Amino acid sequence: MSNEQRLDQLRDEAWKKGIVAGSGVDVAGGPIPKKAGYYGQPVVKPPVWTWEIPIYFFVGSTGGMAAVIALAAALFHHVDLARVSILFSTIAAIISPILLIMDLGRPHLFLNMLRVFKPQSAMSMGAWILVLFIVCAIPAFIALEIHARGIFAGPLDSVIRIVTGALLTGSALLGVLLATYTGVLLGATVTPAWFTHRVLLPIHFGTAGLGSSAALLELLGHRVAALNAIGFFAAGTETILALSLLINKHGAADRALHRGVSGVVVQTTEILAGPLSLLLRGFGLIPFAAVSFATGALLSRFGWLLAGKISGRDPEAVFASQQS
Amino acid sequence: MIGEGIQSTNQRKHSYIQDHVEVGFFTDPTVCIGCKACEVACKEWNEVPDDGFSWSGNSYDNTGHLGASTWRHVMFVEQDRQKGNQIVGSISNGEDPFRWIFLSDVCKHCEEAGCLEACPTGSIVRTEVGSVFVQDDVCNGCGYCVVSCPFGVIDRRPSPLPDHGAAFKCTFCYDRQKSGLVPACAKVCPTESIVFGRLDDLRARAKERVQHLQESGYRDAQLYDPEETSVRGIHAFFLLLGEPEAYGLPPKPQIPTIYLKSAWTAAFATAIASIAATLIAFAFFA
Repeated sequence: MSNEQRLDQLRDEAWKKGIVAGSGVDVAGGPIPKKAGYYGQPVVKPPVWTWEIPIYFFVGSTGGMAAVIALAAALFHHVDLARVSILFSTIAAIISPILLIMDLGRPHLFLNMLRVFKPQSAMSMGAWILVLFIVCAIPAFIALEIHARGIFAGPLDSVIRIVTGALLTGSALLGVLLATYTGVLLGATVTPAWFTHRVLLPIHFGTAGLGSSAALLELLGHRVAALNAIGFFAAGTETILALSLLINKHGAADRALHRGVSGVVVQTTEILAGPLSLLLRGFGLIPFAAVSFATGALLSRFGWLLAGKISGRDPEAVFASQQS
Repeated sequence: MIGEGIQSTNQRKHSYIQDHVEVGFFTDPTVCIGCKACEVACKEWNEVPDDGFSWSGNSYDNTGHLGASTWRHVMFVEQDRQKGNQIVGSISNGEDPFRWIFLSDVCKHCEEAGCLEACPTGSIVRTEVGSVFVQDDVCNGCGYCVVSCPFGVIDRRPSPLPDHGAAFKCTFCYDRQKSGLVPACAKVCPTESIVFGRLDDLRARAKERVQHLQESGYRDAQLYDPEETSVRGIHAFFLLLGEPEAYGLPPKPQIPTIYLKSAWTAAFATAIASIAATLIAFAFFA
C-alpha cells in the first residue's frame, strides 16, 4: 500500500468514526477533515438570546393584539371585555420591558436603547414601539377604569371618554406593531432559518398574538361570538402558514425548521395553533381550541429561537442560503 | 509589502485619522507562516481576556473562530490540493497533493456593516478612517449585532470574563492609530502577511499580488472582497487560494437590512389585517 492510499484510508476512517487509532498514527490534525467549510466551524454567529426572548415574543404580541380587541370591544359596547383586554395589554406592558432588560448583557444600561432612533434597525424600532405602547396602554387602562366605574359625572366624564377612546386607538395601533415587529427583528438577520422566512415570520407572530389574545379571553369566560370569529381567523391563518412552511422549503438553508429537535418543536406547534385548533373550534370545543392555540403560540416562539441557534451554527445552512 | 522592511507601511508612523484617509488590512496567506504573533499582539495590546485553553484537533488551530475575545484568528487550512507548482518529496507519483494554508482572519470592517446598522444604541460607529468601532461604554449587550454580522465576527462576551455582557470585536487599533501607530497585528507580523495601509493603495497592491501569483502557477488565487453583494466591499480583504467556503467565509455575504422591506411589508399587512378582522368580528358576530 502506498503512503497515499494509507492516507486516504485514514481520512475515511476519521470521517466515519471521528477518531483514528492504530500503530504509527499521529492523530492531531492528521487526516484532512471533510466537514463543511472550515472544520465545520460556524460561519455566522448563532443568536445569544435566552428564554426571556420567546416569552417576551408571546407576552408582547398577546398584549399588543389585546389592545386591538379592547378598542373593537369598546367601539361595539362590550365594555367589560374591553376592560379585561386592556388589562392584558397593561400586564404585557409591565412584564415585557422586565424580560427584555433581563436578557441584556448589561441590564443597567437599558436606557441606552433610547439614545438613537434608527429606522434601519428593527431592534431600535422595537424599543420605541414598546416604549410608546407602554405610554399608551397603561393610561388607557386607567382611563377606561375611571370611565367604566363612573367615578366622574357630567362633562368631565365625556372628556374622560374621549381621552379613553384616543388612548385605546393609540394602544391598538402600537399594539399591532408590537405584535408584528418581532417577525421583522428575526427576519432581518443573517440567520438562514430566519431570513429565508422573513415574510412568514411577521404574519405568524402577529396572528399568533391575535389568536392567543382571543383564546386567553375566552378561557377567562368571555364567550363572545366575536372572539370565536377571531379564533377561527387566527387558526385558519396559522393553518395556511403551516402549509406554506411545508411547501416553501429552502433545502439545507432552513433545515433546522424541518429536522431535529427544533424542527419537531416548530412543526408540532404549527399544528397546535393551526389545524388542530381550527378543528376543535369547528366542533365547538372552544376551551380546547383556545388551550391548543395559546400553547402552540407560546412554544412556537421557543421553536423558532432554537431553530435560529441551530441554523446559525450550521455552516452548510449559510452556504446553501447564499447559492443561486 | 514583502521585502520593504522598515520602509513598509506597516512600520511607518502615519496621520490617517487626522487626514481622514480610509485605511485597511490586506492579508495574504501565501506568505503567512502561521506563527500567531498577530493573535498574541492583539490580545496583549487590547487586553483581550483569554477564553480557555483547549485542543481542537483541527491542525494547529486551537483558537477556533473569531469572537468577543478573539479579534485575530489564524486559520490552518489543510487541503487535498497542490499549492501552486510545488513539488514536495516523492511519495508515489512524484507529487505531494497536500497543501497547508495559513490565513489570519479579522473583522472585515465592511463598507455597509450589518452590525453598525443593527445597533439600537448607537454604540457601533464608523470612524474617520472608515473602520467600524464598538464603543464599549455605550453597548448594553442586546445581542442584535451578533445576528447581523454576515461574517460571524462580533459576539457578546460571556460571564465571567472581564467586561462581560457587551459586544466586542476588532477595533482596528483605533487607539494606536490616533497616535499615528500601526495596528498591533500588522506591526508585529514578521512576514508582512498582514499589511496595513491606505485602502486605495492596498486594493491596487492586492490585485497586483493576485495577478503575480496566478502567473506563478497559483491558478486558484483570488481576492476576497465581496464588492458585488450588498456588503459593497470590505476594508480588511484577503487573498485566498481556492474557494472562500474552505476558510469559513461566506461566498455571498449580505447585509441583513436588505431583508427589511419585505419583512416590514408583511408586518404592516398583518397589522392592517388584524385590525380589520377584529373590527369585522365585532361588527358582524356580536
